Amino acid sequence: MSNTGENLSASCYHCDLPVPSGTRFEAIVLDAPRAFCCAGCQAVAEVIVAGGLESYYLDRDAPAAGPASLPEGLALEAFDHPDAQREFVGREGELACAELSLDALNCAACAWLIERHLQQESGVARATVNLSNHRLHLVWDASQTPISTLLASLAHIGYRARPFRADTHAAQLKQESRALLLRLAVAGMGMMQVMMYAVAIYVGAASSSGMEVEYRDFLRATMGFIATPVLFYSAYPIYSSAWRALRVRTLTMDVPVTIAIFSAYFASIYASLIGGGETYFDSVSMFVFFLLTSRFLEMKARQRAGDTAASLMSLTPRLATRLNTDGSSEVIAASALVPGDHLQVRPGETIAADGVVRAGQSEVAEALITGEPMPVLKKEGDTVIGGSVNTESPLQVEVTRAGGDSTLATLNRLLNRALSEKPQLAQKADRMAHIFVARVLLLAVIVYIGWWLIDPSHAFWATLAVLVATCPCALSLATPAALTSATNVLAKEGFLLTRGHVLETLAAATHIVFDKTGTLTEGKLVIRETGVLRGSLDHAFCIAASLEQHSEHPVAHAFRQASGERLNVENLQQTSGAGVQGEIGGQHYRLGHAEFALKDSSPTALNKLWLSDDGGAIAWFQLSDSLRPEAATVIRALQAEGLNTWMLSGDRSDTPALMGAQLGMDYVKGSLLPEEKQQAIRQLQAEGAIVVMVGDGVNDAPSLGQAHLSVAMASGTDLAQTTADALLLRDDLRSLVTARHQAVATQRIIRQNLTWALAYNLAILPPAALGFVPPWLAAIGMSLSSLVVVGNALRLRKTKHLITPPLATANLAT
Amino acid sequence: MEVIYFLVPIALIFLGAAIWSFFWAVKHDQFDDMDSPSHRILQDDREQRRKKK
Repeated sequence: MSNTGENLSASCYHCDLPVPSGTRFEAIVLDAPRAFCCAGCQAVAEVIVAGGLESYYLDRDAPAAGPASLPEGLALEAFDHPDAQREFVGREGELACAELSLDALNCAACAWLIERHLQQESGVARATVNLSNHRLHLVWDASQTPISTLLASLAHIGYRARPFRADTHAAQLKQESRALLLRLAVAGMGMMQVMMYAVAIYVGAASSSGMEVEYRDFLRATMGFIATPVLFYSAYPIYSSAWRALRVRTLTMDVPVTIAIFSAYFASIYASLIGGGETYFDSVSMFVFFLLTSRFLEMKARQRAGDTAASLMSLTPRLATRLNTDGSSEVIAASALVPGDHLQVRPGETIAADGVVRAGQSEVAEALITGEPMPVLKKEGDTVIGGSVNTESPLQVEVTRAGGDSTLATLNRLLNRALSEKPQLAQKADRMAHIFVARVLLLAVIVYIGWWLIDPSHAFWATLAVLVATCPCALSLATPAALTSATNVLAKEGFLLTRGHVLETLAAATHIVFDKTGTLTEGKLVIRETGVLRGSLDHAFCIAASLEQHSEHPVAHAFRQASGERLNVENLQQTSGAGVQGEIGGQHYRLGHAEFALKDSSPTALNKLWLSDDGGAIAWFQLSDSLRPEAATVIRALQAEGLNTWMLSGDRSDTPALMGAQLGMDYVKGSLLPEEKQQAIRQLQAEGAIVVMVGDGVNDAPSLGQAHLSVAMASGTDLAQTTADALLLRDDLRSLVTARHQAVATQRIIRQNLTWALAYNLAILPPAALGFVPPWLAAIGMSLSSLVVVGNALRLRKTKHLITPPLATANLAT
Repeated sequence: MEVIYFLVPIALIFLGAAIWSFFWAVKHDQFDDMDSPSHRILQDDREQRRKKK
């Protein structure tokens, strides 16, 4: 690291961000004073030093991420609740164990730091970090230390650990990939042995004296002995999938593969027994090994995708504080709520069920459900939706609908219906397989009859040669090899594929539909413009940021990004739907609506946030949900690809129209309910369009389910992610363009591969049918054509970065 | 050439041993995490060396 040797550099010693001028955060690390960008980084460094783990700074090879913000209130303690723990905590004898996913794990030194730090905590028996999937395995004594303490302790050294829903699917995938690895190993080792003996036989047969029949038969028997487990253990998944295909009356590539393997194997056994004919043990074992290799790689890619997706589905305890009639309160699981219960909802908490406000007033963010970024003022008697977040002051809510009747559950049902109606594009490879398989089988029959008429003694061996030579090894490798290599490349680019059909659908897409909030925009408010009437801009910012420093309101988050020091505020008061006021240094300040801050309701002053003191207005701030900096470039690039770009939004204001015009989108529609969005997509599909939907919220879930291909943002809600076929891991829309290019390139490679494999099979067919292809030639031909196909697929690993060069940083700075 | 009646069984025994040890390794999680253990051992080493100084 460049900053290890310097004393006080211009960049933060912990996270490498520039240190804002005029600030002074210092700590002694490794016997020298170091500068930090903020109090958070300084605190993290102090904890690391106090734990004697300073060598982290010597060994790391990437700067740390900024400090993790500690969720306030109920958030961490909620994980201690037995109802919440049931989902992620297991037992190891007396101790509790849990698997957590880690954010901001940058290098090996991080893993070391985390393990050591946790082992210093009392009650921790074991902490092991897995660098490849960013998981932490924790074994601890729950009676001594609650998990919230450990999570908080991790946050103190700058890492956020989240329990995630233990996914039975992921566990099953792991089991499968293990079994496949074992099968692959047996096939690989068996293949090497069999080939060795096969070479001996071929060489013996080619020498002038020839091999004695006794030794040849012994070697053949050995080959048969080794090939048997390869055939019956290793290749088992191929047969079972062929059988599954036959049961639903389709022909997949596995069907001729199975027929070829079995006929070649049993013919070879027969040949060994009668001591004549040809044996194909070597071709069969090699064939099985090639097929399993491609399957194994495909499985690995899928497993990695599954792991990453599972880590994103963070588990948030769905708890609620219920008020009993005697005035006491208790924390219970949200699922245990019944209509009529009274809930206490503190600021920052999620409202657990649909209900009516009975006391208090506050602003509630419903962005997840309606897609509107600005929180809505809720007073006594107003209805609130389960899943929305209380931002300002405590509320008492009477539950009207819980569980299966709630709005969220209704959306879920809508989603399930959409998923069941989801149109699928037929897979090209499967279609080809169907045709090819039928023809090969027909041809084998013709060859057999032909030879039987000419020379019955040759009929069987010639037919077998046809089946083995045309065995679609290369053909069945063609698609998975290309898909696997594209999937791995795209995962590195931040585009995670969770379903198999993504690339094919993406290449064929005609329309791409975006949601607005959280997808094309950042989904959070930022300060767009400011105007100062009195004093300096820095001073105005400082006052405003200080007033908002403890608030959970989205507006407050906008000010939190502003740098500079925070002053102590006295008599802080929040007025819902209006603003905040408080005293700083004896001076009374107000920040809020024009009406609240200026006692002025003239229309020009609206839509702005005003800061005032007793002497009148000081400054105004214009806030808006900012467009993602890359949005415009991405839309243009997608249009250049010939895609129709649409925006469907739930926003009722004129923002969607303005934004659409600014981005130059082809079609924009606002004020849509989730059902209407889904309807619009179904309409498009009815007109023959192939639709890609990009979204993030719960309100997008039904449309994500409806679209041919759905892409969710990694920062989006769980419901959107579980629906999605692909995830944008870095929330960077540019990955979409890369993915589209990659998808088109993949289709091209698949086409080339299929053409090559078919051409090879057609070329080898006549000599095989005429009986000119000996087993060794069939084996060589098969492996060469397979290698060509795999090599061609590997070309996909070179990605072209089309619009990755740096964004206009000026955009980011706002 | 009679020697192959002796050599081939030996080769098969080796093959069996190789497959058995691979099964053992997979079942004992040796292939679960290919990155972290190598780093962990280096990190602990460095730490110890620094302490000695």
